[in-house]
Amino acid sequence: MTDLPNSLRTGPDARGHFGQFGGRYVAETLMPLILDLERHYRAAQADPAFKAEFDYLLEHYVGRPSPLWFAERLTEHLSGAKIYLKREDLNHTGAHKINNCIGQILLAKRMGKTKIIAETGAGQHGVATATVAALFGLPCTIFMGAVDVARQQPNVFRMKLLGAEVVAVESGAKTLKDAMNEALRHWVANVHDTFYIIGTVAGPHPYPELVRDFQSVIGDEAREQILEAEGRLPDMLIAPVGGGSNAIGLFHPFLDDADVEIVGVEAAGEGLDKKHAASLAGGRPGILHGNKTYLLQDEDGQITEAHSISAGLDYPGIGPEHSWLHEIGRVRYEPVTDAEALASFQKLTRLEGIIPALESAHAIAAAERIAPTLGKDKIIIVNCSGRGDKDIFTVADALGVEL
Amino acid sequence: MTDRFAATFAKPRPALVAFITGGDGNTAANLDALVAGGADVIELGMPFTDPMADGPAIQAANLRSLAKGTTTADLFAIAAAFRRRHPDTPLVLMGYANPMTIRGPEWFAAECAKAGVDGVICVDIPSEEDAELGPALRAAGVDLIRLATPTTDAARLPDVLNGAGGFLYYVSVAGITGQQQAAQASIDEAVARLKAATDLPVAVGFGVRTPEQASPIAKVADGVVVGSAFIDIIAQHGDAAAPYVETFTRSLADAIHGAKEIAA
Repeated sequence: MTDLPNSLRTGPDARGHFGQFGGRYVAETLMPLILDLERHYRAAQADPAFKAEFDYLLEHYVGRPSPLWFAERLTEHLSGAKIYLKREDLNHTGAHKINNCIGQILLAKRMGKTKIIAETGAGQHGVATATVAALFGLPCTIFMGAVDVARQQPNVFRMKLLGAEVVAVESGAKTLKDAMNEALRHWVANVHDTFYIIGTVAGPHPYPELVRDFQSVIGDEAREQILEAEGRLPDMLIAPVGGGSNAIGLFHPFLDDADVEIVGVEAAGEGLDKKHAASLAGGRPGILHGNKTYLLQDEDGQITEAHSISAGLDYPGIGPEHSWLHEIGRVRYEPVTDAEALASFQKLTRLEGIIPALESAHAIAAAERIAPTLGKDKIIIVNCSGRGDKDIFTVADALGVEL
Repeated sequence: MTDRFAATFAKPRPALVAFITGGDGNTAANLDALVAGGADVIELGMPFTDPMADGPAIQAANLRSLAKGTTTADLFAIAAAFRRRHPDTPLVLMGYANPMTIRGPEWFAAECAKAGVDGVICVDIPSEEDAELGPALRAAGVDLIRLATPTTDAARLPDVLNGAGGFLYYVSVAGITGQQQAAQASIDEAVARLKAATDLPVAVGFGVRTPEQASPIAKVADGVVVGSAFIDIIAQHGDAAAPYVETFTRSLADAIHGAKEIAA
């Protein structure tokens, strides 16, 4: 498939670029390490033992394959296209994040690195990283904005239980982007023994590529499962996009199937004319955290604060491959507001008995908007990227409920 | 290399390269104090919201400057005014890729040339991404100053030097600005290695805060870069920092300028 001359799945190029996006915009100190990481990743890709260990851990530790669930009551309610949910919420640690962490810690082991660091926003990637660090017996430091530490206490405690040190980052706006800055600062001073497990399809090459590859298990499984269930490919895929790792994981195996329409959902926060986190709808190309991509920024290139009710989407950038898929028009990106996501969070919970993560609720909201406009013979796969237990305090607060 | 760089590094003494963040405190007065105190090259930091290569002191200076509303236009106004007051002192803009490239590299390079800027240091554009900024600067006659680090191995060094101008900035520690100091032996070894590979002057920075630290580095290098220590003075004294900046500059300049005489 990837050998097709017109394939959309061959990126990035040798320099890590997806069209004009991606690249390796890092300090010189990190550059040799990035090149070393790429060499080790190429060797791992060619090593059947690496894939075998990855697959083993995904099956027996993460619990894959995750089910593809026909959401019959939601489908009836919307009276349009059939909706299937890819149940990444059922993975160990409750979201897709663990897929990537398994892959990267295996790389860390191959490279002989003895310490693990990661950034986290809501804490899901931090928990997944702390989990694999515990599994492999490696010391782990998680950088988390001080504001996020305060509002995500259960995940902070989870990480500590798993043996991780959680560093509350006091610089900047004290949220995800500042946590990433601080992780990069720590990394640059500890490159000799430390592996940085980046949580999304962003950062310098080869991170966007390798995170995508580790997450593509989502789309590979979904493809097989829908063929089994329906005997054909879906008409549409929908996934939420912050940095975009769950989305690219679902989308990538379908990019060359021209008849499969693909929709990414950006967080429109309070609305695109107010505070939001929709980098494609409200930003423009720039350079941050090692890659060129769409960013929320002012006319001088200063990065502006993102806002979303979903902490996992609360980031002023997006993975570079998404910026490219947006510009070439292969994927359509639509905004969904906090209020819409909140309504869909409750609707899915009541109709299917599935409490989705607020991130995933953004994709459900888009499906609710689109499904009724399609015929009942059409099929949509929505990525239920995580479970919503972590969000119940945020949701209660938004609904004015005291717990 | 611009004439101002050539004249500065032709002097038979090592140079003090002094960094302050533009728009933090009374920048014009502090720049004058640096020159009056004996600084040979000025690095003017362009503030950025996400200075990921900087330690706490310069991070805070970036945010103080932005909180006061400093724009890129303000930065170039500061640079142009400096050039009018100090026609002979080399001036370098140092900062991050996004503010430098957001209006296109040609725009940035033209503004640099217009303001009399001699060189540009961009922290997060390694040689692999040179196309983002390097060609435009070189076409405009502005030197692109490259960074070499303890992790820059022999295989990479030619790429780092390709297209480099002004001077080579040796980042003496793998880390962020204003933190720990490198062992002198490692600096001696690195400077010798770099000078064998390039005719560019080599300036050494990161973690250098006192005349006592600067002196042994100046014995082997063509320049010594000091930044966070100035930022600390400005943070402490605010708009009234200039006299303190000047006194501290003089202590550094004396130590650096005289370093090779003592050695001889």
